[in-house]
Amino acid sequence: MHPAARSTLEAAWRLGWADPRHRHAEGRQARRLLDQARAVIADGLGVRPDEVVLTSGGPAALRLGLHGLRYAARRTGQRVLASAVEQSTVLTTIRYAADRAGAPALAGVVPVDGQGRVDLEQWSAALAVEGTAVACLQHANGEVGTVQPLAAARAAARERGIPLLVDATASLGRLDPPTAGTDYDALAGDARSWGGPPGVGVLVLPAGTRWRRDGPPSELEGGRTDVEPVVPLVLAAAEAWLQTAATAAAEQAEARALVDRIRAGVAELPETEVVGDPVDRLPHVVTFSCLLADGETLLDELDRRGLAVGSGSACTSSTLEPSHVLAAMGALTHGNIRITLPLAAVAPDRSLGVDRLLEVLPDVLAGVRARVVRQ
Amino acid sequence: MSIPEAAAIEVDARGLRCPLPVLRLAEELGRHPHGTPVLLLATDPAARTDVAAFCRMRRAELLTVDERPDGDDGPGHAAYLVRLSPSPPAPAASAPR
Repeated sequence: MHPAARSTLEAAWRLGWADPRHRHAEGRQARRLLDQARAVIADGLGVRPDEVVLTSGGPAALRLGLHGLRYAARRTGQRVLASAVEQSTVLTTIRYAADRAGAPALAGVVPVDGQGRVDLEQWSAALAVEGTAVACLQHANGEVGTVQPLAAARAAARERGIPLLVDATASLGRLDPPTAGTDYDALAGDARSWGGPPGVGVLVLPAGTRWRRDGPPSELEGGRTDVEPVVPLVLAAAEAWLQTAATAAAEQAEARALVDRIRAGVAELPETEVVGDPVDRLPHVVTFSCLLADGETLLDELDRRGLAVGSGSACTSSTLEPSHVLAAMGALTHGNIRITLPLAAVAPDRSLGVDRLLEVLPDVLAGVRARVVRQ
Repeated sequence: MSIPEAAAIEVDARGLRCPLPVLRLAEELGRHPHGTPVLLLATDPAARTDVAAFCRMRRAELLTVDERPDGDDGPGHAAYLVRLSPSPPAPAASAPR
């Protein structure tokens, strides 16, 4: 979390504790703070405050978006499209609904190319299938970084009157946000991606988007959810947005340069592939695959050298379970390491972590490979 | 191109998790002259993408993939017929170690 967001969160627990629906002074204060926070986030996304629904997190925003779009289009059909590299929240949600309906074809999954980018021809063909109600595509892939062609994907959906839900939970705060009306009909985000706290998501529903809550009437968030926003968390999320937006250009350029260094260093290693688009990508994420090496062992060895997952480290790496993203791209699914650079404001010494990684990686990899061979 | 599977050298990596099936395949390919087909049997579904990626990175050819359902010879698995390109890979920077 951004340090300024953490201070805000601590102060907000004192100021914003009251129920914003109450008329007493504390309640009015909480309401005012909540309105201000919503206005900050809406302004950053280029939409009106009443078009922003606050949720309990990114996955909740995605599910709320999907359910309401599908419910509003229920007379058109129930089929939902998604790319093969969407996050599990999306894929499991649409497959679950399709399985429950006893019709697996209601979950349409569109293939991607070797970079992880959705195939637009197949996307258009899949949109043409009778009964398609909603399409879902990520802004950028959180595992490999590749940015999706949102404007083209949305134009194709629009021709058929199908709304596009964009998953921006990996990209907000790292890339310029997608544009309402050009890139999406609904957008989901997660405050963690811009340095905010866990437990805050946003669902953007621009006026004109046909979205309808499937449930009893609610007074919360314009009647679009029955989960109350936690005011202090939302204030911290708004503070993080302001801080991150103020340094966005420098942050993007610096993260991009660090990842370029990692990509170049890894490309020198024998039988190692960097996956994802080298240019049109998230600035701070890189994944690579090492042939004939075990990913978990690699991670343990890096950890032993102080390149640890978690707090205090400049790099957060995670091995991938045989990942549906890598499999869809045809990339090697073993020996994977993903580096997600934290924001500079969160980890000021992250470039030292990158130096250290590049220094130790050749030996670590050679050692792990030698060990695998002996097994 | 038809290469009878019976003629190929077989590597049974059923029950092994990736990267071991690909590793066994690499070892076996290394024991024979370039161009010798090797048949890898593997149950790990990750082998589907990993054998293809291995072939791309090692300039090997994936000749056939045969999905074999559960049967007399054990649980369902896939059989991958692979050979290194008959001509040894060009030397210089791009060659594997």
